[in-house]
Amino acid sequence: MNTIQNIHINHYILLSTVLFCIGVLGVLFRRNAIIIFMSVELMLNAVNLLLVAFSSYWGDAAGQVFVFFVMVVAAAEVAVGLAILIMIYRNTGSTDIDVLNKLKN
Amino acid sequence: MIEAINYSWLVPLLPLIGFLLIGFFGPNEVTDSVFHRRKKMSKGLAGLIACATVGIGFIMSCGMFGQLFGDEAVGEIFQVGKGNPSYTVHLFNWIHAGNFNADFSFLIDPLSVIFLLIITGVGFLIHVYSIGYMHDDPAFSRFFSHLNLFIFFMLLLVLGDNYLVMFVGWEGVGLCSYLLIGFWFKNTEYNKAANKAFIMNRVGDLGFILGIILIFLTFGSIKYSEVFDTAGSFPSNQAVMITITLLLFVGATGKSAQIPLYTWLPDAMAGPTPVSALIHAATMVTAGIYMIARSNILYTLAPISMDIVAGVGLFTGIFAATIGLFQNDIKKVLAYSTVSQLGYMFLGLGVGAYTGAVFHVMTHAFFKALLFLGAGSVIHAMSGEQDIRKMGGLKKSLRITFLTFMMGTIAISGIFPFSGFFSKDEILGHAFAYNKFFWLMGVLGSVMTAFYMFRLFYLTFFGKFRGTHEQEHHLHESPKTMTIPLIVLAVLSVVGGIFGIPEVMGGKHFLKEFLEPVFSASELKMLPKELSHSTEIILMAVAVIAALASIYSAYYLFVKNKNVPPADTAHINPVQKMIYNKYYMDELYAKLFTKPTDWLSDKLHRFVEIKFIDQIVNFVGEGVTWTSSQARLIQTGHIGFYIFAMVIGIILILLYKLV
Repeated sequence: MNTIQNIHINHYILLSTVLFCIGVLGVLFRRNAIIIFMSVELMLNAVNLLLVAFSSYWGDAAGQVFVFFVMVVAAAEVAVGLAILIMIYRNTGSTDIDVLNKLKN
Repeated sequence: MIEAINYSWLVPLLPLIGFLLIGFFGPNEVTDSVFHRRKKMSKGLAGLIACATVGIGFIMSCGMFGQLFGDEAVGEIFQVGKGNPSYTVHLFNWIHAGNFNADFSFLIDPLSVIFLLIITGVGFLIHVYSIGYMHDDPAFSRFFSHLNLFIFFMLLLVLGDNYLVMFVGWEGVGLCSYLLIGFWFKNTEYNKAANKAFIMNRVGDLGFILGIILIFLTFGSIKYSEVFDTAGSFPSNQAVMITITLLLFVGATGKSAQIPLYTWLPDAMAGPTPVSALIHAATMVTAGIYMIARSNILYTLAPISMDIVAGVGLFTGIFAATIGLFQNDIKKVLAYSTVSQLGYMFLGLGVGAYTGAVFHVMTHAFFKALLFLGAGSVIHAMSGEQDIRKMGGLKKSLRITFLTFMMGTIAISGIFPFSGFFSKDEILGHAFAYNKFFWLMGVLGSVMTAFYMFRLFYLTFFGKFRGTHEQEHHLHESPKTMTIPLIVLAVLSVVGGIFGIPEVMGGKHFLKEFLEPVFSASELKMLPKELSHSTEIILMAVAVIAALASIYSAYYLFVKNKNVPPADTAHINPVQKMIYNKYYMDELYAKLFTKPTDWLSDKLHRFVEIKFIDQIVNFVGEGVTWTSSQARLIQTGHIGFYIFAMVIGIILILLYKLV
């Protein structure tokens, strides 16, 4: 608890913002679906970091509980998402999202 | 004690049931030939149901009448006060919205009971007569179902205890008149007549609706008792009261065929003759009289409106009588005489002779029903011929029709001691007390009435037969179902006056006493103008002598000199021609209202409709098509683009929230 508070809150905010922006940019500019997936995880973790930091400063455990929820959801998402990606790769031989425009019709 | 009044809801309900039964299960001329349905009820049963429903209503009305008459002193739950028998029978809550209340309840008081008796009594006789008259018509059961519906709505009109229920009946009789006037709907002319009646009535109804709305805004209620109680404390001649009464009167001119909305009534002769009798005698056209008599206190508080009512009534009376002088269609003569007699009733209402007007409604119901049914019997015998120039000498072959028709003719001419004399005299007496000129014009109208009625009578029944040979061979007296109602009505036309023998003749004006509770409030507010007995006697004598002289001139012209009105092609002097053509009123209305409306709607169609409304509507439609065709392109299926759009969207939302 104290170790977290030894560093000023602004640094946490800055770090998580940088992490989140990297995640966003990754999602926007990369074309490989697996990298996009990882970028999404990065964004989630940026949020998690912020949640932990705020809950520590605020003295309320609810934020840290939320982090666990986010982790659970992310794990579930990865399980389903990877399965889908594998199936897509088997069918099309690629994980390039520009090739994947089958949702159109 | 059996309370007839508690079962009063049965009186209108029975004809409604009759309408449904006959309408659904009676033989139908159109669908039965197309679909081979199971066996329907016979014509006889349909006629029986129709007559029975109205007949039972009449018996019950008699019961109610007896009860009202009998227990003026008995303190009943609903009774307003001693000697003021008035019952409210609450049926169900109808409209409750905000502070607006309208319940479906009936008001049983002397006025509504008198009308109940007329409607069910005369209506019953007309129903019986129709069985004979309509016997060979393929649409027999349609006729009777509509006839029953007509009675139902008319009963609703007079029974309602507020203006809204009256309005329901008011519109209902309008609908039924449309259905029945256009009964032979394959004839375009008849359809036009039905449309004319319907549309002209709508014009009047607009006035009536506005009147009701204004009543609600002024008094906060549309229930008679509450409105009249509140109105009683108003000062005389207030602008709002004058407006209300004039608006109501506009409605009355439509229904009761007064100037300027009278032209539908003569055209309404297109319907079967019993329908004419029903509309003219027992229902519909008396609605206006009923409404004004019901609202008498409002009118009493607006003397200006009274003058207008009297003036319009008198003018209509004279005007229609002059047209009646030259008509050659047996039913058209009677139609104009109805317009004219209704004018008398409005004159009565206008000069404050409320009882006299109701009395005249009653006696008029007797003799006008009789005359119409008699005319129907003549038309029946003449195989559909209605032109009196082609009749003549019918008294030998149609004994009963001849005798009964004579009774009706004498009664309507106001000859002592037939019923028409008493009611007309009462109105004329009041008119004299009110304004000497009104009386003079009234007598003039009555002279004309006597003349054209006897002209009709002589031309039809006297002299030599002027029709074709086949018609002469075919002449026969009508069946019993038709002659018995004629006889009953003839008796009523003769003795109907006993209900209102004036004091000067040593009689007790029974009707006046009976209706006293309804009109007492008005009478208190009006300064009574009593005529001395000698004046009354002189007035009566003058009216009767004038009528007799006019009858003699008709006799001289049409029996002694054997004059016959010229054929339509013959040359007649312009004044006569103008009157024969009803003063070109229809043509005038066509010029004044129909043509400009046609012109305006044509212009509106061409400029506003096509240039503006169509453009706007098409623009909206095309705009949506174009936008969606553009928006469709956004849906590319590229995930990258979707995600990009999503992120941009989220950023925008965040910005919006922050700023």
